[in-house]
Amino acid sequence: MTQTKKTVIGLLLIVVLIAVVPLFMLKGAEFGGSDDAGSVAISEMTGSEYEPWFTPVMETAIGGELPGEIESLLFCVQTGIGVGIIAFVMGRFVERKKLADKTKNKTA
Amino acid sequence: MNSKEKRFIASVAAIALVFGISPVANAMHIMEGYLPPTFCVVWGVICIPFLVAGYFSIKKTVAANRKTITILAMAGAFVFVLSSLKIPSVTGSCSHMTGTGLGAILFGPAAVSILGIIVLVFQAILLAHGGLTTLGANTFSMAIAGPFVAYGIYILCKKIKLNKNVGIFLAACIGDLFTYCVTAFQLAIAYPSETGGIGASVVKFLAVFAPTQLPLAIIEGILTVVIVMGLETYAASELSDLGFLAGGEN
Repeated sequence: MTQTKKTVIGLLLIVVLIAVVPLFMLKGAEFGGSDDAGSVAISEMTGSEYEPWFTPVMETAIGGELPGEIESLLFCVQTGIGVGIIAFVMGRFVERKKLADKTKNKTA
Repeated sequence: MNSKEKRFIASVAAIALVFGISPVANAMHIMEGYLPPTFCVVWGVICIPFLVAGYFSIKKTVAANRKTITILAMAGAFVFVLSSLKIPSVTGSCSHMTGTGLGAILFGPAAVSILGIIVLVFQAILLAHGGLTTLGANTFSMAIAGPFVAYGIYILCKKIKLNKNVGIFLAACIGDLFTYCVTAFQLAIAYPSETGGIGASVVKFLAVFAPTQLPLAIIEGILTVVIVMGLETYAASELSDLGFLAGGEN
């Protein structure tokens, strides 16, 4: 284990902790979006319920709110595209370095 | 060595899994239809020069060295991943990160505006998250203001010779936070408080966004450092092509 590896693993552990701890600390919390909190703040500020003047394209197309499961599916697609690219490119880099190290060793 | 690669992919998958089980909710971005039409147009117009600059900046970087395009794809993918991960925060609501810090540090802030708007359009059309009418405002906060601050902080940290990783962490972290400050400000000028005017509104919206975002900004900072460390190890040639490693000691 190199020093870099240890640092990376340590950092990732911290990340997971920060992300997961609130889930256990705040039992029963709703974990709604801060978007919703935003619209609540708007109605508090202006003293009346705000009526959005434009509905999302997708909601108009399917004539209603996007079902929660489908929404999470689409979010997963987004994550999947991103992770796919990162893993693919990173994998190529790792292999390339391996190859380069090998040739260097041979010539040396 | 092969197991190293496997381990990396496994850990990426593990992280994705951990974050994937976070509760799903709408977070961040100004919602569709929540900004008055004039504001939508104004923010959109403000974004245009940045997007044009971004287009030319990317074109120039890629023309100078075609190999950097893989790193660009990587930076774009990083934005994709981070902005899709909704993470529970200490305030009991969820929000997500921006992921724009990495691109800003590697490619300069203008280039990120292009990467950011791709993600925002994707989310606005398919996910009813953010929106087409608020695209201008959201692009300004997430893909322009945040990256510019991140880049500024990074350069500043380099100037005062702070440890590079600390600099990257601060840049990504503060860039993320600043995105939300801008969002709060944008909402505030559209919805000035009846009693206190715009100032009171800013405070109010900041109070909604800031506590939620703070831990996430820290996560974003850490993840950016991790990915830069990975790139430094395996893609040193591309990074020095970008001028990132030029004369840089660790």
